[in-house]
Amino acid sequence: MTATVGTVLSGRTVVPGVVTGEALVSPETISGWGGIDPATGTIVEARHALQGVCFTGKILVFPGAKGSSGWSAFFQSTRLLGTAPLGMVFTVTTTKAALGAVVTRVPALADLDADPVQVLRTGDRIRLDATAGTVELLARAGEGT
Amino acid sequence: MILTDDDRRMLDGAEGPAVAAAMDLLTRYAEALDAERLCSVRNVAGTATQPSPLKARLVAEGGWDRAFSVINLDSDETHEIPPMAVPTCQLQQGFGADAAAVAPYPAQFVELQADAETFYGRRGVSILATCTPYQVGNLPVRGEHCAWMESSAVVYANSVLGARTNCEGTASTGAASLTGRVPCWGNHHDEHRRGTHLVRVDTPVGGFLDWGLLGYFTGDVVQEARPVVTGDLALPDLTDLKHFGAAAASSGGVEMYHVPGVTPEAPTVEAAFGGGGAVPADAVVYGAAERAATYARLNDQGTSAGVDFVLLGCPHASLDQIRDVARLLDGRRLHDGTSLWIMAPRALAAVAERSGYTATIEAAGAKVLTDSCPAMSRLAPPGTRVFATDSAKQAHYLPAILGIEAWFGTTEDCVRAAVTGRWSGELR
Repeated sequence: MTATVGTVLSGRTVVPGVVTGEALVSPETISGWGGIDPATGTIVEARHALQGVCFTGKILVFPGAKGSSGWSAFFQSTRLLGTAPLGMVFTVTTTKAALGAVVTRVPALADLDADPVQVLRTGDRIRLDATAGTVELLARAGEGT
Repeated sequence: MILTDDDRRMLDGAEGPAVAAAMDLLTRYAEALDAERLCSVRNVAGTATQPSPLKARLVAEGGWDRAFSVINLDSDETHEIPPMAVPTCQLQQGFGADAAAVAPYPAQFVELQADAETFYGRRGVSILATCTPYQVGNLPVRGEHCAWMESSAVVYANSVLGARTNCEGTASTGAASLTGRVPCWGNHHDEHRRGTHLVRVDTPVGGFLDWGLLGYFTGDVVQEARPVVTGDLALPDLTDLKHFGAAAASSGGVEMYHVPGVTPEAPTVEAAFGGGGAVPADAVVYGAAERAATYARLNDQGTSAGVDFVLLGCPHASLDQIRDVARLLDGRRLHDGTSLWIMAPRALAAVAERSGYTATIEAAGAKVLTDSCPAMSRLAPPGTRVFATDSAKQAHYLPAILGIEAWFGTTEDCVRAAVTGRWSGELR
């Protein structure tokens, strides 16, 4: 899908709040336990497309959560250790992703009217208004602000 | 969201600040799911005792009250933790004192965990310390709403016992234990328990290895959906269904499956899909080729024939599994430099010892270990480069977690590898 600056996706509020920042888009679902290192805010799952990439301070855009029920506790740990993402936008709602967003306490949006993983790109500057239920594309990656 | 009068009282603090914090978390969580209300639960399986550096820091700051408040209730305040409101058990945790001689596990973690057991035990938490609470007496009744975590336990509770639980987390189970509530969403509703995919088995499936292979195949195909498995199936026992579900929850995220004629919500194929002729026209076929491909996939993390470590019992071993291993090891000795651990619930390890199985296993140089596993404690015998297992789940996870090679096969293949130090398994 092509998206231009100004594109707005609408979704369902998971955790309210507003943040503006850079998107980090994961093409694959993410494991919490065994998949991230909370101490560094880094995806560590072997063979994951984002292995070695840090999500701290980024708006994490991902298809959903997979793996162990430790998912939420590992993302909660990123908040307690100061390595949390700035916000979360995900495609599929599960108990892992919903509880994980709640205990990470970052604005989070799901069930959008278009798949955010397809529409957004890593490096895009986006405004996530999870209270209003929108995410707006402010600038395309590499095209300045 | 609708809160009952009792929910509201707890949220407003009538039961004290820890319960109010628990209701606050459950309310935020239910809203995140768009759940309409909460379910009453009287069976919680969660984790609170297992050690971590973060938990050690919180305990140093304000004791276990602080650790439970922050991690298990997602609260910023430190609350005095009251007795659990509903029956609650501790799932698997870190290694305990019985592993001290064989696993290089930090002594301060063993002490921290023992301290935690005392704290939570006094508040009514049953320290079952196993990923398989259903093997040691925690058996919800059919239809009962529960709050369980641990993917292999969740899929067993839903599918084999007919209880109803989502895949809960550390904070939601902690909050459920103090309130007897959890969001009524997903697997708690009839319409989310019906089959979505028909899996037709065209090659004979019977025995532990084959149920694990079928589970690993099925989870990969359906991901988080609900498979209905029919065809050339021998009657599975507890151990087979445990392995099937754990494998399906590793390659995918299966939380509910049906085996018509075996599992309680599927007397027939039609019933598994909710009745009314909703059976899919197309089936996913599992034949000899799929079986061989699944076996090959589980063995694509091994290239070295030399085996340093054999791991049996994931999820935690049943008494039948421990007895089988004792029989296979009877009168034999492990290869020099190869270790064999069987992970089991401590309650079953006590029975195994009393029955003489443990003496046979230890005479061969192997160990029965309890409470944890190499994935939870992130630990194998020192120097392990290559391991073998009869668990599809451990073959899936351990190469990533510990950076070691994996071989997957039958329990007999694994015991032979432990005795010879060489992998010689093949699909038969």
